[in-house]
Amino acid sequence: MKNFGYTIIKQRTIDYDQFDGRLLNEVLEMEPSFKVCLSCGGCTATCSAGELVSFNVRRMNLLLRRGETLELESEIQKCMLCGKCMLVCPRGINLRNVIMLIKKSIAKYKPVNS
Amino acid sequence: MKITPFIWPFTIGLLFISCFLLIIIGIWISSLSRIDKSRIIHSIFTIKSWLAIREIFMESLLHRKIFRKNPVLGYMHMSLAFGWFLLILVGHIEACNHYQTFSVPAYKAIFMRYFVTEPSTTLSGKILSASMDLLLLFVLSGVVLAYYKRANRRLFGMKKTTQLKTGDRIALTALWLIFPLRFMAESVSAGIHHNGSLISQPTGELLASVLPVQSIEMPLWWAYSGALGLFFMALPVSRYMHIPVEVVLIFLRNYGIKVQKRIGGYSRIQVYSCSRCGICLDSCQMTHAAIKDTQSVYVLKHIRNKNLTDEKLFNCLLCGRCQPDCPVGLELNNLRMTQRIESTKEYNSSYEYLKNGKIAVSRQTEVIYFAGCMTHLTPAIIKSMREIFAMASVKYWFMDEDKTACCGRPLMQVGQYEAAQKLIEHNRQQILGSGVKKLVVSCPICYKVFNEDYALPGIMVMHHSEYLLELMADKRLPINKLPLRVVYHDLCELGRGSGIYHQPRLLLDEYAELIPIKNERETAYCCGGSLANIKIQMNERNQIRDTALDEYLAYQPDMLATACPLCKKTFAKSNKLPIHDIAEIVYMAILQKDTSQPFKSKTKKEEKIKL
Repeated sequence: MKNFGYTIIKQRTIDYDQFDGRLLNEVLEMEPSFKVCLSCGGCTATCSAGELVSFNVRRMNLLLRRGETLELESEIQKCMLCGKCMLVCPRGINLRNVIMLIKKSIAKYKPVNS
Repeated sequence: MKITPFIWPFTIGLLFISCFLLIIIGIWISSLSRIDKSRIIHSIFTIKSWLAIREIFMESLLHRKIFRKNPVLGYMHMSLAFGWFLLILVGHIEACNHYQTFSVPAYKAIFMRYFVTEPSTTLSGKILSASMDLLLLFVLSGVVLAYYKRANRRLFGMKKTTQLKTGDRIALTALWLIFPLRFMAESVSAGIHHNGSLISQPTGELLASVLPVQSIEMPLWWAYSGALGLFFMALPVSRYMHIPVEVVLIFLRNYGIKVQKRIGGYSRIQVYSCSRCGICLDSCQMTHAAIKDTQSVYVLKHIRNKNLTDEKLFNCLLCGRCQPDCPVGLELNNLRMTQRIESTKEYNSSYEYLKNGKIAVSRQTEVIYFAGCMTHLTPAIIKSMREIFAMASVKYWFMDEDKTACCGRPLMQVGQYEAAQKLIEHNRQQILGSGVKKLVVSCPICYKVFNEDYALPGIMVMHHSEYLLELMADKRLPINKLPLRVVYHDLCELGRGSGIYHQPRLLLDEYAELIPIKNERETAYCCGGSLANIKIQMNERNQIRDTALDEYLAYQPDMLATACPLCKKTFAKSNKLPIHDIAEIVYMAILQKDTSQPFKSKTKKEEKIKL
């Protein structure tokens, strides 16, 4: 078959009946300031790790809310915790704590998730 | 001689506490690392032991550091500690003198006025019993002050005091009762047998005239013995464990043992040496944001009780303001760090992507310039440094101009040492590969990690304030003193963290008019922006910042000077005072000399347009 440079997109259905909200709830409960994120992307624009590798802080919020824990786990590893995102955030979100909480909660719930 | 069972509460208590201490201190010392054990063996018969004994006398007995903090508080601690020590010592000498033997059991010395009913006839006996009375009076004066401290702690220079737990309350009550009961028991015995001295004899006679002394003598001795026994029994679960453990700590500290990254015997000794005096509470800036339960004293208490939560552990700026104040000299920041490492050890990142990063290249320059992540958010500092390098014709390699890993310190501050090591190794290869022998850093956070955790043999790490001073001393930079009154804000990581107080001040003194302030150097404030605290909310950070800023504003400076991009960023948000980095001030001063234009501190908006 002729290759037109297109590929078929993999199945990316999110089944909310299977949704495991423990991670999300724990993070939001421990760091309520994360609720006010308006996805402006300032954090991603300034990110030190984002300069070195494809890494999007803003997307963490999306992955967390969709319950895509496996992808979140591999993405969150890239953060170097330098804190620039926190200083540029217009809503004053304590992002370093959010990152640490996600890492901690993933480690805590890992046996169930994987 | 009367044989009586009232000695048993005291004797059982003493036996229990002796065995308990022997076992627990033995366990702690045996769990020290092999290097630390060899340190003990090699130092035990050296001058270090003598220095330790001297320190125990000066600090554990005389409480010199507390005296410096407040004389009344110092006197209270000294009268209780030194007075009690002398009571035991002189009491034993008195007993040895009376029985004419060196092997006197403890109870015979402690309850001597009960067992020896005839007044002493020899001169030495009279002198000893008189001095025992005076010593007891000395200790009682401390006990009275301790009662009074509960009602009015302001007199003792303390704004806050620690919350007590049950074990502390039992031991404290016992301690408060021991000396008054001893005085009463000895006086009553003196009233009956006329074996008292200077003070106990007249008191005893007075009591004998109004009270049925015969019937209350025995209950009083029982109560005294009971209070002693209770104190010994409550010691392991109370803060008074610090009394015996501090002695061990001072010896080990003098032998060169330090808190390691991992929790071990020595960190436990440090934790148990905390007397919970609460002196660290007053210096903690978290109280400015009404956070009152995360201070070092409470964290050490929670470590001891094994109920430390992340919320408390990570809610600290690690500014180190409490450390110089600690009368026991505990490594408060390092102790907190060991807990943070333990708490986050399960999820350290590996940063595989760094392997595809930049490769080390040899650079033919005079210096490497590492601005740091935070400095990239304050471009005025980078611009000033670039201009200064150009003025002094310094060839430099801007290491983190783009696509560079973080220095690793922010990770370390939250306990991720293992992850930080990956970043350190990556940056280290590039620095070593460049072949340049001088590294200039604009961020104190990076400066500390480059200096302490990067193994960079033969490379001189300098903060930009040090480097600019060097350029100035070499006459590579012109000097121009601006007619501006400047307050210098000391930086936690550069000041208390790395001991650099002098160089920024020398530099500022040449380029502006530096105003001395009350809270500077060791007692300097943190700006509140510290990366070490991941739990604090933005509004709380602002409260801490504003309290510090209000104090600076009282000196009516024209501008606030810092040498840290994070402090600059934190203070700049308040808009109360123009704030500039030391590099910007130097650059502005030189620029003004060249163009002879009056220097005007720019507003944020103007600065943005210019850059």
